[in-house]
Amino acid sequence: MSAAGGVKDETILEVRDLRTHFFLRRGVVKAVDGVSFTLRRGEVLGLVGESGCGKSVTALSLMRLLPKGGARAIGGEVLLDGTDILTLGDSQMREIRGRKISMILQDPQTSLNPVFTVGDQLRESIFRRAGGRTAQIMREAVAALRRVDIAAPEQRIGQYPHQMSGGMKQRVVGAIVMSGEPEVLIADEPTTALDVTIQLQYLKLLQRLQRETGMAILFITHDFGVVARLCDRVAVMYAGRIVECGPVQEVFEHPSHPYTQALIASVPAMTGPIGRLTTIEGQPPSLMDLSAGCRFEPRCRHAEARCREAYPPPVGVGPDHTADCWRLQPA
Amino acid sequence: MKRYILRRLLHGIVLLSMVATIVFFLGRLTGNPVDLMLPEDAAPEDRVALIKALGLDGPLHEQFFIFATNAFKGDLGMSIRMRQPAVEAFFSRLPNTLAIIPWAILLGTCIGIPLGVVSALNRGNILDRAAGTVGVLGIATPSFWLGILLIFVFSVELGWLPSGRMGGPEHYVLPVITLGTFLVAGFMRLTRSSMLEVMDSEFVKLARIKGLHEGVVIWKHCLRNALIPVLTLWGVFVGNLITGAIVVETVFAWPGVGRLTYEAVIYRDFPLLQAVIILKAILILTINLMVDILYAYVDPRIRLT
Ligand SMILES: Nc1ncnc2c1ncn2[C@@H]1O[C@H](COP(=O)(O)OP(=O)(O)O)[C@@H](O)[C@H]1O
Ligand SMILES: [Mg+2]
Repeated sequence: MSAAGGVKDETILEVRDLRTHFFLRRGVVKAVDGVSFTLRRGEVLGLVGESGCGKSVTALSLMRLLPKGGARAIGGEVLLDGTDILTLGDSQMREIRGRKISMILQDPQTSLNPVFTVGDQLRESIFRRAGGRTAQIMREAVAALRRVDIAAPEQRIGQYPHQMSGGMKQRVVGAIVMSGEPEVLIADEPTTALDVTIQLQYLKLLQRLQRETGMAILFITHDFGVVARLCDRVAVMYAGRIVECGPVQEVFEHPSHPYTQALIASVPAMTGPIGRLTTIEGQPPSLMDLSAGCRFEPRCRHAEARCREAYPPPVGVGPDHTADCWRLQPA
Repeated sequence: MKRYILRRLLHGIVLLSMVATIVFFLGRLTGNPVDLMLPEDAAPEDRVALIKALGLDGPLHEQFFIFATNAFKGDLGMSIRMRQPAVEAFFSRLPNTLAIIPWAILLGTCIGIPLGVVSALNRGNILDRAAGTVGVLGIATPSFWLGILLIFVFSVELGWLPSGRMGGPEHYVLPVITLGTFLVAGFMRLTRSSMLEVMDSEFVKLARIKGLHEGVVIWKHCLRNALIPVLTLWGVFVGNLITGAIVVETVFAWPGVGRLTYEAVIYRDFPLLQAVIILKAILILTINLMVDILYAYVDPRIRLT
C-alpha cells in the first residue's frame, strides 16, 4: 500500500480524548466524545463509520473550524508535531492552517467560491505559501493544475467554478490544498459527491500525490471498500468514539469489535467494485442522550450486563490493533 | 453578454409600452381631461373648441394612435400650467433631483453595507442588536416625518442648517439624510442577512482552510457573494428614490422632479403628470438595465445564461 520510505513510525498528529459537543437549546449533542488516534508521517489512516457518527466534526475540530453556534471542543488534546493546537491563539492557528494541516471538503460543488476564477483561488494559496511575483505565481498555478491532471490548465485557470464538472472542481480543490504543501491532509469523503466512474480516478490521484509528497492523510469515508484500496491503517468510528483501530489488513482479517464485524460483513467483496455499507439492524443512538455504557450495546448480538454499565477500555487484540469491547478483556 | 443585455433591453421596452398604455387609458377612464383644464363656469363652445384642439374628439383607438406616435417622437404633450412641453418641464427639473440622489445612495452604500457586515460578524451581541433596532426604525420611519423632525431640530431650534430650497452645500444635508436613512437601514439589513448566509458556505470554510487572513475571508470571499442580492436591492432603491423623492422634495421645497410630480397632481396638470410617469418609468428601467449589467459583472454565473 501507500508507503513513503521508512518514516512510518514517527507520529505527526496525535489526538487524545477529543471531545467536541454542540451546546444547543434543546440539549447537548456529543458529536465527538472521547476520540483518540495517532497519525504517522507518510501514512494514510482511514476514519470510517456511518453517516452522523462524528467524522466531519472530528475533522473540523482538528482544523479548529467548527461551525458557529454552540460547537466547542471541550476537552482533549490535538498534538500536531508536538504542539497542542487546541491551545493556540487564532492567529497562530491560522499560520498552521493550509501549511501544516489542510483539508478537502466533501462537496466540490460548494467548495469553490463561485465569483472568483479558479486561478484566483489557487493563487491565494500559492501566494500564502511562497509570496512572489504575479508571473511566477501564475506559472505555479498552471503547474499545480497540471499536477492534478487537469487538461489545458492555461485555459482552465481563467474559468469560473460553474464552468467545470464536479470531478474537475474537486481536482481544483486538490490543487489548491496541495499548493500549501501540507504535512497533514484531511480528506472528508472527497469522492462521495462524485460520479461513481470518476471516484476511482480521484482516489488514484490522491494516492499519487501522497506518494510524491509523503504527506500524512486522514481519509474519512463511510465506505469500507475505499479504505481497503487506499489506507494503511483504519479507525472505525461509532457514535462519537473510535471503537477499533489497526492496520487495514489486520482489521479486515480479524475484526474484533462487533460493530466492525458487522460493517465488514456488509461489504460485498473486498476485491470487487467499491462496496457500500449496507445497514446494520437497529439505529445508532442519539448523540444527545448517550448511556454510560458501550454505545453499540443496543444493537450488539453479544451484549451483556457489564456492557450497559461502563464504556469498555481499549484492548490490544493484535499487532498495533486495539478494540473497545468488554468481551475482549482478558478474564 | 451581448445577448443578455439585448434581452434585458427588449424586456424594458415591452414594460415601458405597457406603462404608457396603462397611463393613457387610466387618464381617459377618469373622464375627459378637458374638464380638469377648464374653469367650472366655462362656456360649452370653449369646451368643444378645446376638445378639438387637443384631438380628443376622435374615437379612442385613434386618440391612442396619435398619443403613441407622438410619444415615440418624444412629444408627451403640453403642460397646462407651465405652458411648455411636459418633456421639457421634466428635464429642466431632473438635474435638481439628480443632484441629491447620488449623495443619498452614497450615504446608504458607504454606511449601510459596512454596518451590515459588522452586524453579521457580531451576530446576536449588543452591537448587532443596536444596529438592528436602528435598521427597523430607519425603515419604518416615514420620510415626511423624519424630514419635518430634522427641520424642526436643525433649522428651527438650532438654526444650523437651512430648512429647504436649493443652494450651497448646507442645503443638501437635511434632504440627503432624510432620503439616505431609509437606504442605510435597507442596505444594512439585507447585507447582514446575506452575509450570514454566505459565511456558512463551504467555500468560506475552504478559504479559512487555506489559512487566509480573516479580513480577506470576510471582505473578499464573503462580501463579494453577499453583495449579489444587495445589488438587486440597489436597483430597486434607486428607482424608488426617483419616485420617492416626491415627499422629500415637497417637504424641503426642492425643485426636482418629485416636487414637479406633486405640483402636477395638485394643479391637475394632467398631461404633465402623464409625461412625468412615463419619463420616470424610462429612468427606472434604464437604471435597472445598468444594475443588471453590473449584476452580470459581479456574478459570473449570469454571464453565460
Ligand atoms: N452544525 C451542527 N449543529 C448541531 N449538530 C450538529 C452540527 N453538525 C453536526 N452535528 C451533529 O454531530 C453529529 C456528527 O456529525 P458529522 O460529524 O457531520 O457526521 P459524519 O460522520 O457523517 O461526518 C451529527 O449526528 C449531528 O447531530
Ligand atoms: Mg461528514
